[in-house]
Amino acid sequence: MKQTISVLVENQAGVLNRITSLFSRRAFNIHSLAVGVTDDPSVSRITIIVESGNSVMEQVEKQLNKLVEVIKVRTLEENSYIGRELMILKVSANSRTRPNIMTLCQICGAKVSDISPTSMTMELSDTPDRLDSFQEMMRTFNILEVVRTGVIALQKGGGKI
Amino acid sequence: MKIRATQAIMECLLEQEVDTVFGYPGGTILNVYDELYRYQDKIRHVLTAHEQGAAHAADGYARATGKVGVCFATSGPGATNLTTGIATAHLDSSPVVFITCNVGESLLGKDAFQEVDSTGIAMPITKAAFLVRDAQQIPDVMRQAFAVAATGRPGPVLIDFLKNVTALDQMIDYTFIPWRENRKCGSLQPLGDSHLPKKPEPDQEDVEKLLEMIAQAERPLLICGGGVVRGRAHREFREFAEKLDAPVAITLMGGGGFPGGHPLTTGMIGMHGSRASNVACDECDLLIAVGCRFSDRVALDPATFASQSKIVQIDIDRAEIDKNVPTDHHIIGSARRVLTLLNQGMPQYHHEAWKERILPLRQPSAAEESDHLTPQQVLEVIRRRAPKDAIVATDVGQHQMWAIKYLHFDYPGQLLTSGGFGTMGFGLGAAIGAQMGNPDKRVLHITGDGCFRMNCHELCTVEHYHLPIISIVFNNGTLGMVRQWQSLIYNHHYSETTLDRGPDFVKLAEAYGLRGFRVRTREEMERTLDEALASGTGAVIDCMLDIDEMVRPMVAAGSPITDFLLD
Repeated sequence: MKQTISVLVENQAGVLNRITSLFSRRAFNIHSLAVGVTDDPSVSRITIIVESGNSVMEQVEKQLNKLVEVIKVRTLEENSYIGRELMILKVSANSRTRPNIMTLCQICGAKVSDISPTSMTMELSDTPDRLDSFQEMMRTFNILEVVRTGVIALQKGGGKI
Repeated sequence: MKIRATQAIMECLLEQEVDTVFGYPGGTILNVYDELYRYQDKIRHVLTAHEQGAAHAADGYARATGKVGVCFATSGPGATNLTTGIATAHLDSSPVVFITCNVGESLLGKDAFQEVDSTGIAMPITKAAFLVRDAQQIPDVMRQAFAVAATGRPGPVLIDFLKNVTALDQMIDYTFIPWRENRKCGSLQPLGDSHLPKKPEPDQEDVEKLLEMIAQAERPLLICGGGVVRGRAHREFREFAEKLDAPVAITLMGGGGFPGGHPLTTGMIGMHGSRASNVACDECDLLIAVGCRFSDRVALDPATFASQSKIVQIDIDRAEIDKNVPTDHHIIGSARRVLTLLNQGMPQYHHEAWKERILPLRQPSAAEESDHLTPQQVLEVIRRRAPKDAIVATDVGQHQMWAIKYLHFDYPGQLLTSGGFGTMGFGLGAAIGAQMGNPDKRVLHITGDGCFRMNCHELCTVEHYHLPIISIVFNNGTLGMVRQWQSLIYNHHYSETTLDRGPDFVKLAEAYGLRGFRVRTREEMERTLDEALASGTGAVIDCMLDIDEMVRPMVAAGSPITDFLLD
């Protein structure tokens, strides 16, 4: 089961290392991880997505809470948060395929950010599922390169962690 | 007030009422040692033979006194030599502040001489690891480090100062704030909730629920874990046990948390647990574990562990709840506070039938007569002739299990043993630390020939500081515990466990300027121990034992707790 964890940490060298080592120690893979500073420059927010069982996650959450640099930890319940990911994707393109690519971009809401005689580069910010389906559609045009940021997430409603 | 950065380090130690540090100097930490020279009338430094010895000594000092231990080392190999000691302290929740220095900022990350990423290495084996790059941070970091080490579930902390931060021309603003005050001050604000100096107050509903469970229980069992020792909750625990009138099993780390000779004690539980403890665990209907994390040496098989029983865990560390064994109820809080609340709300119970079932399973423990010296005889001599309040530091292996089984520990800090990390070579360093912290008490170091060989160079520290520590070597010429497994499980393939080699421990002791004795019979042991105790100087007693002595009983790893491999 995929779980989304939001962690507020002190914005310092070594903190990310300390947090990821809690996962590596238990030998499970981090599906995605995104870090950025919050409105308070001394605090960063880390969004982690991992594949694991409930009991293991409960352990990790408790261990995270013990770290001096960790301010708050919250496992986000499904459907209770807004999760978005940014993808930049480059495909082969020529005058024949370009209109088809443009149509798909319009359908999915992707923006064309760069174009060359032999390629097109698109950016799309959406839920991971929708990025997956866009990526799937683009496969027919020969994907040259893809990069994804990993999900960032915030709770819905007025509450905050 | 402006003072030197290094002076601030010393002043911060004085804020924490530190009067003893253990360590070993070197290139990058020269500035700190230069300052220590000026503070030598206020802070006593104990120079060991090796950084690992210093780390174990600081750890032993912390365990025996209940105060925070402090250990200094230089960068690179100095820091890496500490790591076994840091991990030992971490696994047994011992509060130690390790202070290392690293190369200067301009050399950082350039593979400079004696450079290593000390904070990176220490990260998984400390509660917190601080890298100090700005001298002005020194007071805050020092205060935080001590607060983190000592509060909540205690543990080791590392502070790594860059050499330029300690430069003798670095001046910083500093105000002396005693530790009781500085734990309230702003510099500790960034610490997460779990590290605030205030202990979590146990939830009253949780306490009441446990009182109800106790009222319904017919066959309760108590486990005294390391949390009782670290939290110095022995008085509260004893009152609780007596009111509950239940058998008390003691874990390795719980030794000293409950009197070893108490009528309710059933001895150790787990792999080398007594029959009484292990059967009680299997048959009880309410198991209350205080400060115990159900390690794989206690809950050998979590699926069958106390399977007829409701399990209740009392711990200060929320992360321990349900980690190894799923529980039915838990209370978060310090052992002392939780037990005080429980004692207030609890009547006197009587569980005669249950006690009659369990307590007679305790075996009589008189040593058999034998033509050669046995481990039990050695320990019986120690129990009868050494002072009752003598501190015992052990190493790891058969001698450790025998010592726990045949000696009684009556107060927290009386038994110093590496339970979690199982560090061979821990004992002598720990004994040195304990003796430094308890100059009036007798300290005995119980060790095996394999363990002793690992760190016996610390005998020079024993001699130099005139410490009357007696090392009692259980010399069976083998790595006994590993041999025992090889005998029972590995078809007697004694692969690399026979230690048929030097040195002659008697001559070794004499080479270090200490007294050395060899004993082969019970009578010799009695005479020798008396002589060693009376002499008031450090000594080594080499006890010659049979190679095939085994620790009994034994349950194999991963097996149900009553499936005894050896009786």
